[in-house]
Amino acid sequence: MAITTVPGATRKPGRPTPPYAGPQRTSLGRKVRDNLTGHAFLIGAVLCFVVFSWYPMIRGIVMSFQRTRRGETTWVGWDNYSRIIADPSFWPAWQNTLYFTLLALVLGYAVPFFVAILLNEFRHAKGYLRILVYLPVMLPPASALFLFKFYAYDPSEAGLFNAILKALHLPTSQWMQSPEMTMPAMVVASTWMNMGGAVLIYLAALQNIPGELYEAAELDGAGIWRRIVNVTIPQTRLILALLAMLQIVATMQLFIEPLILANGAGTEDSATSVAYLIYQHGFFQNDLNGAAALGVIMLVVLAGFSAAYLRLSAKQD
Amino acid sequence: MSVPQYRKAAALALVAGLGFSLTACSTKSDDKDTNAGGKVTITVDCQPVGAQKELLKNWNDDVAEFQRQNPDIIIKSVSVGEQCNNPPDFTARLAGGTVTDVFYGYMTDLQQVLDSGQAMDISQYVNKDTIPTWDSVDPALKEVFTDGGKLYAVPVKNYSMGLVYNKVLFQQAGLDVNNPPKTWAEVRAAAKKIAGLGNGIAGYSEYSAGNTGGWHFTSLLYSQGGQVLSADGKKADFNNAAGKQVLQNLKDMRYGDNSMGARQLLQWGDLLTNAGAGKVGMFIGAPDSTQAIVSQFQGKFQDWAMSPLPGQDGPAKGTLGGGEGYFFKKDLSPEQVKAGLKWIAYQKLTPGKGQFDYVRAKPQNYPVGLPQPLLFANGSEAQKQELELRKANANVDTANFALFEATPVPIKGEPRNAQAVYAVLDAAMSGVLTNPNANIDALLKTAEEKVNQLLAAES
Repeated sequence: MAITTVPGATRKPGRPTPPYAGPQRTSLGRKVRDNLTGHAFLIGAVLCFVVFSWYPMIRGIVMSFQRTRRGETTWVGWDNYSRIIADPSFWPAWQNTLYFTLLALVLGYAVPFFVAILLNEFRHAKGYLRILVYLPVMLPPASALFLFKFYAYDPSEAGLFNAILKALHLPTSQWMQSPEMTMPAMVVASTWMNMGGAVLIYLAALQNIPGELYEAAELDGAGIWRRIVNVTIPQTRLILALLAMLQIVATMQLFIEPLILANGAGTEDSATSVAYLIYQHGFFQNDLNGAAALGVIMLVVLAGFSAAYLRLSAKQD
Repeated sequence: MSVPQYRKAAALALVAGLGFSLTACSTKSDDKDTNAGGKVTITVDCQPVGAQKELLKNWNDDVAEFQRQNPDIIIKSVSVGEQCNNPPDFTARLAGGTVTDVFYGYMTDLQQVLDSGQAMDISQYVNKDTIPTWDSVDPALKEVFTDGGKLYAVPVKNYSMGLVYNKVLFQQAGLDVNNPPKTWAEVRAAAKKIAGLGNGIAGYSEYSAGNTGGWHFTSLLYSQGGQVLSADGKKADFNNAAGKQVLQNLKDMRYGDNSMGARQLLQWGDLLTNAGAGKVGMFIGAPDSTQAIVSQFQGKFQDWAMSPLPGQDGPAKGTLGGGEGYFFKKDLSPEQVKAGLKWIAYQKLTPGKGQFDYVRAKPQNYPVGLPQPLLFANGSEAQKQELELRKANANVDTANFALFEATPVPIKGEPRNAQAVYAVLDAAMSGVLTNPNANIDALLKTAEEKVNQLLAAES
């Protein structure tokens, strides 16, 4: 379908076009009237953002410099920030979150890409396999995680993974009850739960790669690995870069996995993430201002990362 | 209508609809205290949820009867979940100013409620005229809801912890149900025998997540004669022999005897689910935990009994106590406050009515005869009436709670900044319950440093 941006293109047929009268001085009111539909739809979206995204964000920043006690709110400068940084769980929470992000990059980022390549190679049952891969995304995250918690990660030998390990004569694991296994186990569950969406995006990108490139590569004697490295990855570079950024931003906000899989902090705080620490301060420790300060720190870190990433990507392009 | 016009109309309708929705969200109801008929209206939360059929019917019947007796008062009931106070929801309601006129809270919530600025000083309204049994209410409970000489809530329930045990599993394991463990060494021996039944049964079960681990650590520490914070509340005071003993007892049961089950990181509902399924021999809890096991987790009353909290070598030196009450939202009119107090007096503090209507509760799947709450002071007229009614209508075997009732253990309250401290102590509990090589000294030292940092930052 052709997309036109010519003003007036959607006017009723038959309406006479006014004779050209030189450059028009269109007033703001006229501009608004001319694009009423667009503005009206825009207002809805903007209002939603203002009310549910921007206002809470600004309010959070303001609250991070305030302290509410006995119903009185006072300005306290950077006190909430120094207090939250002094929280004994502050640095472990960042460490856990960064570790999860790193593992998610290794596993959660690479796996969907290779699954997409694999799916793209299949000649038969493509649609069926896509549905299978996408199915976990349709499961509510809480349900998916409860499945992992009670079925797969049961620390007894009745647990799915432990039963498999036992059948293979391998040592079983305590999964979420082991500080060493907590994060890898959360990444596995998270990857399984979320990869469907990424796989579909990669598949779409893969299908846009001209077949001639692969044919040429094959004629040059390139094997499958060379074709992936020299054709697939360069051709999907933009999508890969975008999803990497989105994935890092999303995984840094790790929350529901520790909340459900590890009942919060996990063994010896091994599952405490920054977002979970915000939740603890805000909803359990009567410290909404401290929670707001930690939220702002996270916002700054993620915004800084995104800006740096986009800048670097732009330079490379 | 042509397509572009239709689009414009749809867009305008969308914007108008959104605008109306936002306006509706931001507009507060103005029917504050009186309606056209001159009636006083109050909203009250903690109405039982639909799944709690009998409790909900009782509540609604109480509202109907109260309104019949007081035709000038309208009670609008609000349900806020089975637990009435799920901390995140409660915090959100407080922060958002959406608590009801008369709202439920835990004893440990006083500071948070005061900080939110949502509570009203009700000292001038609470007396024998508004609550006829007020003079009989245990002064210690009133004190918990008092700050700076001002009363902010009316206590309606209290509890203290003891050892809750499954009689069926005791019998199966060859243990004497009338002679439950009195010391932690006896608990360990009994747990070992019960776990020996197999089938995934834990002899003794304990919390270690969601701040409940710290909560129970506190009770276990009190049983050893310890305290979580120093007397001035400025330093942690659990990294000592008493604290080490608490963790050592658990470690011995968990890894020495393997009598606590494989699944750890349990919190409130997890443990009670297992208990309801007959997979837990013993745990520490309040008498009303048996009610939760039955009403929420499909257990049976006759399976459960209770004894005092064990001590290390003899009787426990202390146990953790707590409770709940109703706060009043700021800016209520005097008529609304009086109406709210009248409702609480009727539903919560009158022997034979509301929560003490044992005649009504007797045929229901709701326990009568549990030793708590003990809202009324020892020897008071209200207490005599309440205990007589309780005894006359008991539908649970009171002998199951006789030991707990006959052997009172000194009750201690929760520490300052309880939830933050509990969150830290969860790590010590989870450490000792999930790591066979856990170093108790290191766990307690780390927790002590963290709590001290927290307290320093707070001050």
